[in-house]
Amino acid sequence: MSIEEHHHHDESYAELRTKALESLLVEKGLIASNAIDDVVRTYEQDIGPMNGAKVVVKAWTDPEYKKRLLEEGTSAIEEVGFTGAQGAQIVVLENTDDIHNMVVCTLCSCYPWPVLGLPPSWYKSEAYRSRAVVEPRAVLKDFGLELDPAVNVRVWDSNSEIRYMVLPQRPAGTDGMTEEELIEIVGRDSMIGVAVVESPTSVR
Amino acid sequence: MNGIHDMGGMHGFGEVTHEENEPVFHESWEGRVMGIRRSLVKHKIFEPYNFRFTVESLSPSEYLNSSYYERHLRAAENGAIAKGFITKEEMDERMEFFRQNPDALPERREDPKESEQIQKITFMLEPLHRDTGATPGFNVGDVVRARNINPQGHTRLPRYIRGKTGIVVKYYGNHDFPDIDMNGNKSEPQPIYSVQFDAEELWGATAEVNQLLFIDMWEGYIEPA
Repeated sequence: MSIEEHHHHDESYAELRTKALESLLVEKGLIASNAIDDVVRTYEQDIGPMNGAKVVVKAWTDPEYKKRLLEEGTSAIEEVGFTGAQGAQIVVLENTDDIHNMVVCTLCSCYPWPVLGLPPSWYKSEAYRSRAVVEPRAVLKDFGLELDPAVNVRVWDSNSEIRYMVLPQRPAGTDGMTEEELIEIVGRDSMIGVAVVESPTSVR
Repeated sequence: MNGIHDMGGMHGFGEVTHEENEPVFHESWEGRVMGIRRSLVKHKIFEPYNFRFTVESLSPSEYLNSSYYERHLRAAENGAIAKGFITKEEMDERMEFFRQNPDALPERREDPKESEQIQKITFMLEPLHRDTGATPGFNVGDVVRARNINPQGHTRLPRYIRGKTGIVVKYYGNHDFPDIDMNGNKSEPQPIYSVQFDAEELWGATAEVNQLLFIDMWEGYIEPA
């Protein structure tokens, strides 16, 4: 069969292919079914943006921790309990009134898995990968975020094994909130740098 | 390689569309692909190249017509075939079997020890720094030009950076050099830096205002400007 004949790209075709591959590799004793189940469960349940949100809130509420996080991201994140594949070295970038950082991987879809989980579809899309480096402000507009021209936009192309995560600004009006409440408002997109964290009062 | 995967600055891909409350895996086969890929790490199926180069080597039309997990699936399958673990004929036959038997599922093999090993990979912290004794040839503040290289093998120097001038802003240590030539040859670890480029340097008069681009450059990617 040629590639073109293969290429239906409906879910069922990929599903069929996956079943065939898994079945053959299991039969040859190369992979274990339960190991695959565990990988799936881990990324569905245990590793996701809630990890990064905990890191962000700790930085918002503990100035000494924030200092460590910005200087040595990997070890500061390990303090909170997060390590693993696609996070061998994590550099944390602080957004301020004057600087807005955002992260892309133009060559692939590299992403800090231990703190943010697996990347969302838009991060892996050709549109984001091609445009984020050349027209970041226009891309941010697609996300509903319009930045003042005075704000310096810093785009990080994640081309090496180093992974980047954004420390978003703590919104005004959140002084009385508990850490648990703060964790709830830190969205995944703010830690990639395509959104800001809104204060809960301004959301609705 | 100057492949379709090297997308920085390309036009024509449209708006970035954002899905609210997106699930981790949209279909269960995507999760299986993720698990298969991780399970195959210990079998070194992508050597002498790597997983990324296997994905990059898909034809441009197949690359663009495939989703992220479809690309990973094809790379895993192509790697397993290249290593001789499975054959293309076996794949065709097995697919035909599942086509005829849509309710059938792959047989199961349970191995608690293997799962333990794979969970270790998932949570392992593997430092990137290599103690080679190599001293960095550039200092923070140095003005550098990205080399104009066009290797056919794997590289992490994107086209839009080549030939452009920037400033070294940080030295990260010595990391494995990622480039792999067509014969599967690799080089020694090298110093790696964060290098800052002005948007205007990269995109000329059409650049957006007040923008900087940061990218990681191994020593071999840059020269004094």
